[in-house]
Amino acid sequence: MVQLSFDAHLCKTCPTGDCLVKCQYLDVDREKAGEEMVKISEGKDSFVLQDCVTCYACEEYCKRGNHPFYLITERRQEKGILVAPRAITRQWVNIGEPQGKYKVGKIRDKVLSLGFMPEYLESVKGELFEDLMPSYVFGQEFFCNVVYIHFADTAIIKQRLPRVIDHFKSLGVREVVFMHDECYGAFASLAPAYGMEVPFKAVHYFEYLYQRLRDLRDKIRPLRLKAAYQRPCSARLCPDKHHFVRDIMNLIGVELVERQYQDENALCCSGILSLCFGYDIAHDVKARNLADMVKHGAQYCVFNCPACQNTLGAEVAKMGIRPIHMIDLCRMAIGEKSPNGVRPT
Amino acid sequence: MKYEELVHRCFRCGYCKFTEDYHDFNCPTYRKFRFETYSPGGRMWLIRAWLNNEIKTSERFQQILFSCATCANCVEHCVFTFKDDLVNIFVAAREKLVSEGIIPPAVRDYLKNIYIGGNPYKEPEAERGKWTEGTSIKAFEGQEYLFYIGCVGSYDERAKKIARSVGNLFLKSGLSFGILGEKEHCDGNEVKVLGEAGLFQYLAERNITQFKEIGAKKIVTLDPHALNAFKKHYRELGATFEVFHSTQILAHLIRSGKIPLSSYEARVTFHDPCYLGRHNGIYDAPREILQSIPGVELLKMRQNKADALCCGGGGGNFFTDILGGGKDSPGRIRVRQALDTGAQIIAVSCPQCAKMLDDALKAENLTERLEVLDVSEILNRALA
Amino acid sequence: MKNILQALADAVGRDYVSDQPEEMYFYARDPGLMPPHQPDYVVVPGTVEEIQTVVRLASREKIPIVPMGAGMALTGLIIPLKGGIVLDMKRMNRILEVHEKARYALVEGGTSQGFLKSYLEEHHPRLRHSIPDSPATATIAANVMIHGQGRLTQQYGFNSDMVSGLEVVLASGEICRIGSCAVSPDWFSKGAPFPDLSGLFLGWFGATGIITKIAVKLYPRKKMRDVEIFLTDDEELVPSMIYELTHTEMVEDINIFVQPRPMIFRGNHHIALFFTGDTDEELEFKRKLIWHALDPYIKSKDGGFMGIPPVMKPTLLDMPQKSVSRFADVKKGGGFEYSGPIILVEKYPQCARKIVELAARYDLGYSGMARIIGRGHSMMYGFAFTFNRADSEMMARTRSALCEISLFVLELGGVFWKPTVEEQKMALEKMDPNTRALMKMIKANLDPLGIMNPGNWEVA
Repeated sequence: MVQLSFDAHLCKTCPTGDCLVKCQYLDVDREKAGEEMVKISEGKDSFVLQDCVTCYACEEYCKRGNHPFYLITERRQEKGILVAPRAITRQWVNIGEPQGKYKVGKIRDKVLSLGFMPEYLESVKGELFEDLMPSYVFGQEFFCNVVYIHFADTAIIKQRLPRVIDHFKSLGVREVVFMHDECYGAFASLAPAYGMEVPFKAVHYFEYLYQRLRDLRDKIRPLRLKAAYQRPCSARLCPDKHHFVRDIMNLIGVELVERQYQDENALCCSGILSLCFGYDIAHDVKARNLADMVKHGAQYCVFNCPACQNTLGAEVAKMGIRPIHMIDLCRMAIGEKSPNGVRPT
Repeated sequence: MKYEELVHRCFRCGYCKFTEDYHDFNCPTYRKFRFETYSPGGRMWLIRAWLNNEIKTSERFQQILFSCATCANCVEHCVFTFKDDLVNIFVAAREKLVSEGIIPPAVRDYLKNIYIGGNPYKEPEAERGKWTEGTSIKAFEGQEYLFYIGCVGSYDERAKKIARSVGNLFLKSGLSFGILGEKEHCDGNEVKVLGEAGLFQYLAERNITQFKEIGAKKIVTLDPHALNAFKKHYRELGATFEVFHSTQILAHLIRSGKIPLSSYEARVTFHDPCYLGRHNGIYDAPREILQSIPGVELLKMRQNKADALCCGGGGGNFFTDILGGGKDSPGRIRVRQALDTGAQIIAVSCPQCAKMLDDALKAENLTERLEVLDVSEILNRALA
Repeated sequence: MKNILQALADAVGRDYVSDQPEEMYFYARDPGLMPPHQPDYVVVPGTVEEIQTVVRLASREKIPIVPMGAGMALTGLIIPLKGGIVLDMKRMNRILEVHEKARYALVEGGTSQGFLKSYLEEHHPRLRHSIPDSPATATIAANVMIHGQGRLTQQYGFNSDMVSGLEVVLASGEICRIGSCAVSPDWFSKGAPFPDLSGLFLGWFGATGIITKIAVKLYPRKKMRDVEIFLTDDEELVPSMIYELTHTEMVEDINIFVQPRPMIFRGNHHIALFFTGDTDEELEFKRKLIWHALDPYIKSKDGGFMGIPPVMKPTLLDMPQKSVSRFADVKKGGGFEYSGPIILVEKYPQCARKIVELAARYDLGYSGMARIIGRGHSMMYGFAFTFNRADSEMMARTRSALCEISLFVLELGGVFWKPTVEEQKMALEKMDPNTRALMKMIKANLDPLGIMNPGNWEVA
């Protein structure tokens, strides 16, 4: 089971300080990295507590099994250091509040969780989802609430998550395919780490898609196009599933352009940056990210998280790159969606 | 009254009267009468007042209700969640008037003629198939499609030509189809919208039974009004057959090369019939047909598709004419709109629209400059 | 009375006159909460000459006459309080001239906001007018008659400030031209450099004359338009935020809304900022300046820009905003009513607290919506409550809440916008006596028989 505890001793002996040295938003050297993390763990103040943009990446950068991001989050919460403006946090907390407006399809053993992302109902169609649909759930009642890590509010996650687990439990499902890294991460690792029992098997939808595509191999017509992948912050909650991006692209004949901001070096879509920190940092990150996609000849930008797509979709389109969700890309590969005028190379 | 729980929810904001882009008022009765009472919001407020005994069942109230062309422009543009039921509410109020026996003479006569003679033309039912004389159109005996004509196509001289025109194309294409001829009965769409729910149910059940007995599984209708009754209301009564409009079948036949075309040079504008377009969402099939004819230049009226202005014949007005004529009648406005496009032909795909717009052309003295033709008639002119 | 009906029919045609119960019922009321009063006739004129004939008839017979656009003020201003003739102006809806280079449009007195918008988009894509958020049927003339506001109000003031000429039919039946059009064929100014006589009519609700033609100023229409929403949970900070935003001069329109539903809006003040540009570059430049203007509040965590979901944008960018009308059916009851005083922006905190307090006390669904007028010179604060038309008790509660607001507003130094007859009386009572006397003199001279929308702006 994942433990989210933090061992300051590991930092003191850390040869790299990767957690902060590799951070794309803070300028920290190896020595300073160790110092700041130790300070934070000892409950002292650190500029990191003010300036961390909550991209989750340090969780992945740290190869020594520590959990720098969860430490930062817990300390921020203890000290009342806000990440986002109060009104923004309130808005997000409001959005996730159960309203009794959830939707439940024809529930079977295996169910697809759309979390709180209604836009997906239009996408999860066709042969790829034949095994699952119409066994689905949607609504705040099934929303993992992990997004509140961005607002340094794990208390609300701990408060709401058990109720969400209960909702799943009442459906009596055995396996749940999650459409978002945060949801998957919530049930695969976070909940157990918080000591909550998860009465079903959590499956990441990338893994599901990969398996389905293998089943439907005969139908795949390689797309022969170049794409950039916008890796979301929350993918750092389940780095072990990241390989499916390449696996899927290989199956469907998409070449991932080898750009600077990919894999471990992925940049935030800038959505959370504008919410919390204003124009300049958001604009700078977005501009660098887009320029990187253009420079490496991406024809498509493949999205995983709908929030990233909301933030960047129109922007990439302006640069002549077609925004597309991973699901739609896969459906395109089996002939269910047309490429809309984008010529394969 | 059915839908009574909705009538107080209208804010009378008036979005219902417009086209989507506010280019013009698009409620046929409001365009003609210009009192708010003849707009959808006016009707909603008056129906409520009537149910609350604040106004009585006057002749004017009947005129206000029965002049509605049920064109569904209001359904398209109302901003509230109950929008889909606007026409249903007006029909429900008519039903209440019918059940109380207080209706305009023209409505009464229409319903009486159907009740007694089976059609509004006071013609023998045995003559329903007369339009086929001189053609080799066969009676239905298990062919793939049942071609359903309806009262207008069976008896009205203008509409009979359209029935023959479609029939001819079906024959040419080798489509497997047959008609009911003298055994055909009224579809009841206008009976329904004029508020005679009981008579409609009788007609519908009789037709459903007949279609079932003769084994009709696919029905193609000449008239979008029949299409509407079959698709929506017959289904509610347990009908399971598939229904198509003739333009859908013709478009398919052209696509599969079954109707060989040469060319026909003409500037054409298409008028969307309300019961094909707004009521049943079929906008593309007739356009696809026109665009497939070499030489046809398809010109758009400013108000088209979901924003098309009704010809004025809907809601029973084709027979009752309660909406009436005059220069602000929708039919006359519509042909002036068509003239503005520079077209020579107003293409339609509904026998009722054809007749209404023909009459409007005459009233506007435009017969020298414009011609109203069914899409099928244009196709016939373009046959190779 | 039969003679009058006949005379009216002679004036405008039989089809466009009614004394029937259906029209009497409908035209006795507006969608708001004021008590109905039936007219004796409804007339739908088609020309200025017809209006002149009708007004002369009304004057001869001493019959009240009430001009009406779409009747969307909601405060009963088109209810014929003393019966008489309601003149439904909407048949006179022609657009007579658009002067592209001088940027004005001359339209008939019943032309709707929707018509003009659509006409400009089609024929003059580089021009726009200041569209209010009342439904598209609302007329240009009626909107300036009540000093309405629109999308360009933060930049150019009340919509009535954008009038550039009027043609009015006086109570005598005479036609009178106001502005440059009185001495020139061109309709570019409503007064200056001569004495501005438009004030004799604007804001009078037809009590001094009937607008039969109106010219309004048009403004550049940029190719692109976007919106950002700044959130704060602290109403005390809103006036300073507005001061910073208006200083940028980058914003087209500023609306501030607060509402409890849907949940995404609960508990925050939303400053909606609309801005325009002809290029991506121009739009981005403005966005940047707008964001930077509020940087200190983001740093202090007192506010931030929300991420607007793409599906929400069309609703926000809609002109007019249909969602404003939809508010009427929040309680599945087809009604809303609001009091919209014009007041200093610095009073925002008090107004924002008041609406929440009243909504709780009277158990009402509410929406607070402020629109900034000029560069923060004032604002309209709309205290809006939605009600169920079939629930008379809820309607009574709404009336009571609105009455409290009237008192509250006067005390706070605000003035009523499109006041009900009761509010007109309250305002006249509080008014400087010499001003009141001047109003009385104007009314007495322009409407000696008291037939023009009687009951409104009557000084005792």
